[in-house]
Amino acid sequence: MRRNWGVGIYSVLILALLLIPIGYTIVFSFNIPARTNVTWRGFSFDNWINIFADPRVVAAFVTSIGVGLLATLAAAALGTAISIALVRFRFRFRTALTVLLFLPMATPEVVIGSGLGSQFLNLGVDKGLGTIIVAHIMFCISFVVITVRARVSSLDPAIEEAGRDLYASPAQVWWRITFPLLLPGIVAAALLSFALSFDDFIITAFVRGTTETFPTYIYTAAVRAIPAQANVFASVIFLLAIVLVVAQQLSAAARRRQLAREG
Amino acid sequence: MAGASDDSGADLELVGITKQFPGFTAIENLNLTIPAGSFFALLGPSGCGKTTTLRLVAGLESPTSGRILIGGKDVTDTKPHQRPVNTVFQSYALFPHMTVLRNVAFGVSRRGIPDPLGRAHEALRLVELDHLAGRRPAQLSGGQQQRVALARAIVNRPALLLLDEPLGALDLKLRRQMQLELKSIQDEVGLTFLHVTHDQEEAMTMADTVAVMNRGEIEQMGAPEELYELPKTAFVANFLGQSNLFTGPVVSSGENSIIVEIAGTKLEVPKERAQRHSGTVTIGVRPEKLTLLTTRPVAASGVNVLGPGVVTDVSFSGVSTQYLVEMPGVGTVTVFAQNMVFGPVVNRGSEVWVSWTVEHGFGLADDERLEERSEAV
Repeated sequence: MRRNWGVGIYSVLILALLLIPIGYTIVFSFNIPARTNVTWRGFSFDNWINIFADPRVVAAFVTSIGVGLLATLAAAALGTAISIALVRFRFRFRTALTVLLFLPMATPEVVIGSGLGSQFLNLGVDKGLGTIIVAHIMFCISFVVITVRARVSSLDPAIEEAGRDLYASPAQVWWRITFPLLLPGIVAAALLSFALSFDDFIITAFVRGTTETFPTYIYTAAVRAIPAQANVFASVIFLLAIVLVVAQQLSAAARRRQLAREG
Repeated sequence: MAGASDDSGADLELVGITKQFPGFTAIENLNLTIPAGSFFALLGPSGCGKTTTLRLVAGLESPTSGRILIGGKDVTDTKPHQRPVNTVFQSYALFPHMTVLRNVAFGVSRRGIPDPLGRAHEALRLVELDHLAGRRPAQLSGGQQQRVALARAIVNRPALLLLDEPLGALDLKLRRQMQLELKSIQDEVGLTFLHVTHDQEEAMTMADTVAVMNRGEIEQMGAPEELYELPKTAFVANFLGQSNLFTGPVVSSGENSIIVEIAGTKLEVPKERAQRHSGTVTIGVRPEKLTLLTTRPVAASGVNVLGPGVVTDVSFSGVSTQYLVEMPGVGTVTVFAQNMVFGPVVNRGSEVWVSWTVEHGFGLADDERLEERSEAV
């Protein structure tokens, strides 16, 4: 078979384009520490060893993780309940509700952010951690609903009826049948929510008050000098994500092999 | 509560059940008693209310009015998981995230009965699938899934087993085989089976008692042979097999039979086989009870003759040949003739008479208004 070199070169170029910024971030996390982290001075583990040296980086990172977890949990729970309601029940304003739910995805973040910002101001709500979490839950719900709804639609209602018929109480039907069957969708939605929340800058900027999340901290720090520890945290997150994906792939492959053996 | 029943199952009694959905009435004042240990089939076209009846008994729907009693106990207001009833769903509804074994053990575990896995293995042996206990439902064929669904229900020894078109998704050959298997399993476990189907052949093969349902009401109920040989309404006569129906006035009524005039021909029907004995009545006879004659028969007592007519269609189907005969003033008459000789006995366009023994005729209860109703189906 004749090799098509064009496709190969094209793929390498695209991958390089995608990976260069990430590579840059990781490489510069090993830079010899100084006041700025713009020029390469030489290889060192100092930033990794002194990962907690800059308290502002740590605080911003912890805030972002906390906001991400809380927003994800709340959005996953609410979004799953909304998905079930949208698929299983016929009620007034069902279509209107569906449109409203997807509106945050279609609206520019600047508009949502500035709108929310002035809303909180009008209502006299103090901007801070609370308003950030509420805002993140709001835009994450849309993504949870879109992901979980597809899963709920593919679930035959007769399966839950079979559970009820086989002596399972409503709570047992939920925990033993419905929830495990929806779980892959909920997990996917939760991962997406966490990534969106952790990453969000625009909306957060309008509702954060004086609270710093990781993205807002980096943004303000960039004006002066980004501490190398920021590169370290970014690298950690990236590597963690890679490990998670690989682990998930490996366990799926193991499960397939096991099923093949049993078959 | 989901109490265990004895091995003979329990009576099911439906008293004045009406079920209304927004915009239509699915079931109208249904009264039905199914004795313990019987294999009962609810037969009807789609939309006749048979599946709704089943879901009411399972507790998946609640009736608008009326009571449901299982083994004499009123269960109308209880939830599905509190009823001693199990269902084999049309789509099987196996739990895709559990192994076959866990599927079958599910109900036993929920009721807190000891050794759910042992009982599940036992039920799987009954349906001859114990060797696949470790597989997931998706790895089984349709017929195997069907048997798992059956094992998952009977393992609980329910007072009543509900079967919702359980063979509908199987191909014809497998369906025939499963019909026999289901019947023998019912004999073995001795539970009360309530089987819902639109397949008249399936209902007749398997059930002790068949209830024909139409538009939310039971038209006729009885043993399969009885329903076939003596249908009481035009709907039953046409839904269960085929029938030749003729409508005309009763011109005389003797001690044992009535005479009905159809397009100038007098036809006799035994009184005990006719639902009505005066006015305009519809009488009928099954196509296989008819004899096709190429010469005018000599008039004899105890035999009805119609004709002459013209054969308009001959279709050979292996064991029998179907003839359509156009009778002037009467309509089309269908005749099934067994293929005792090679080839068709008569050809298209032939002039023929049909005759049948008086004892094979039946008279229907429908008045003309009712007949229009069932023809609209």
